Amino acid sequence: MGRKLLIHNDHVPNIHTLEVYRAHGGYASVEKALKTMQPDQVTDEVKKSGLRGRGGAGFPTGMKWSFLAKPEGVPRYLVCNADESEPGTFKDRYLMEKIPHALIEGMITSSFALGAKTSYIYIRGEYFYVARIVEAAIAEAYAAGWLGKNILGTDFSHDCYVQVGGGAYICGEETALLESLEGKRGNPRIKPPFPAVAGLWGCPTVVNNVETIAAVVPIVNMGGEEYAKIGVGKSTGTKLISASGHINKPGVYEIELGITVEDFIYSDEYCGGIRNGKKLKAVVAGGSSVPILPTELILKTAKGEPRLMTYESLSDGGFSTGTMLGSGGFIAMDEDTSIVKNLFTFSRFYHHESCGQCSPCREGTGWMEKILKKFLDGTANESDVDLLWDIQSKIEGKTICPLGEAAAWPVAAAIRHFKHEFIEIAQKKKFVDISHYDRLNKIRA
Amino acid sequence: MSSQVHGAQKFDKAKRAETVFSEEAMKTVQTIISHYPPEKIKSALLPVLHVAQAEFGGWLSPETMDYVASVLKIRPVEVFEVASFYTMYNLKPMGKCVLEVCQTSSCWLNGAEDIVKYIEKKLNIKVGETTKDGMFSLKVAECLGSCGTAPMLQCGASYHENLTYEKVDTLLENYRAEGKLKSYTDLDYKNTL
Repeated sequence: MGRKLLIHNDHVPNIHTLEVYRAHGGYASVEKALKTMQPDQVTDEVKKSGLRGRGGAGFPTGMKWSFLAKPEGVPRYLVCNADESEPGTFKDRYLMEKIPHALIEGMITSSFALGAKTSYIYIRGEYFYVARIVEAAIAEAYAAGWLGKNILGTDFSHDCYVQVGGGAYICGEETALLESLEGKRGNPRIKPPFPAVAGLWGCPTVVNNVETIAAVVPIVNMGGEEYAKIGVGKSTGTKLISASGHINKPGVYEIELGITVEDFIYSDEYCGGIRNGKKLKAVVAGGSSVPILPTELILKTAKGEPRLMTYESLSDGGFSTGTMLGSGGFIAMDEDTSIVKNLFTFSRFYHHESCGQCSPCREGTGWMEKILKKFLDGTANESDVDLLWDIQSKIEGKTICPLGEAAAWPVAAAIRHFKHEFIEIAQKKKFVDISHYDRLNKIRA
Repeated sequence: MSSQVHGAQKFDKAKRAETVFSEEAMKTVQTIISHYPPEKIKSALLPVLHVAQAEFGGWLSPETMDYVASVLKIRPVEVFEVASFYTMYNLKPMGKCVLEVCQTSSCWLNGAEDIVKYIEKKLNIKVGETTKDGMFSLKVAECLGSCGTAPMLQCGASYHENLTYEKVDTLLENYRAEGKLKSYTDLDYKNTL
């Protein structure tokens, strides 16, 4: 059994209540930080831990914190990104629903380190009921004195609020999230300035993912060096993986970074193998944006080494033979899956979710969806594969935010590894079940 | 300003005059506003729009948006540009229960299309339409974060997961029997995680 630091108590009845959470050692990191540490010491522990952003980008958290500008007399903010919308990802929902106090404890301890008197948890609107659970936990924390004025009798005071979104994937991008938090359309901002200098209402702001903030709790409790002992190389600690698709046991798993992909897919501790005795065809390892890999490349690197669940091993070989750990949205597909049709669902998604600011993304995502629809229609020809490749190559790197890349990468990877499927359909050798696509997505009510 | 036409919907002055939050809704709105610095209350717009949608019939009419603008002391166009950007705000009248079936990858892999087809047949409507009795609207949605419990649909605050045809039958029956407007802000949510 791998070590668990975040959801080890998820089976405990009523762990969502403060009483039970506290009885299982909850809020110890707040006590330790506020009573025995200076704010910078907390940041140092996070740096030593090697923790990397768990939302998808994998940027070192301690470094992000150290960029925070601290001008006199200007408030600083911590904002939690709970706008979990990357297809294949549902780990933050699980964590907030099961153990909401783990997030709130992390918010308090992290805010202490950053000197933030106010923090916001921005939860995607569709998770309204999750927001209710988190709000109830916040109310409990206020009543018990973990939030509010002079926490634990120290001079640290902190307020934490929940804001729900309105339904937009783009608000997971940190500057779009801040715009949305300010009551505007979720249009990503041009950077620099980065939020660490000019974030929420123009004030210095740190935006971190739910899981990142929750991980601060064990880091402070056990010390950054101990935390860094878990994992391999620069992939330290544990990671929540949302497993879905054609596997026997879909769900959220906490893994020690460094287990093999094969172990994750086939062992009974995790996914339990492929459903109905089928063979694995392909895996999207880190949410819809990351390149899809065929079985042989997801289980082993191009060099023939076992692929590990780490940032480095999954990206080994670059995009020609590798992928990314991303958000940990792990989607497995069996041998009967049409890669082209799955790609269509991704491209439709990105077209729907493009904010429309940048032409390459706004137009390109629409074109890609239309061309993929031709494949489903049976009206595509072989040159459409090249056209699709051409369009995706003209989006990447040409947009304000990474939604452009997120839309382009899945298309590029599907063509790179499964070009024969596109060709077979174009040559009418194979038929894709068109059942429903033409009616879908017609409305924006 | 108040005679503006929002999108395709005409502005009705008499209806606007009647558009006022109930005491309870206003209390909720004031609590939301208190979460932000006094000069930044525009930040309350997204959550307040959810309250307004639940309060005024499940959609945001031009009159409702105009009223929300007056509550938050911002221009009506600032409300409209936000309401038209996010998918959860309805800019036209909807059925009491809006069924939103997730259609993205993991749900598609697990038969979301069959669920959509089944509901279409059962309710005799297509995606984007509302039943004649105004009870149900059918929509498709992009990833709702329920990939491990696919296929799924959302109705108001409730997530219905690991769907089967039998589960769809039951939930439609229950909603019909209840006959109530379902909103994202409902407290009596169900989730099946």
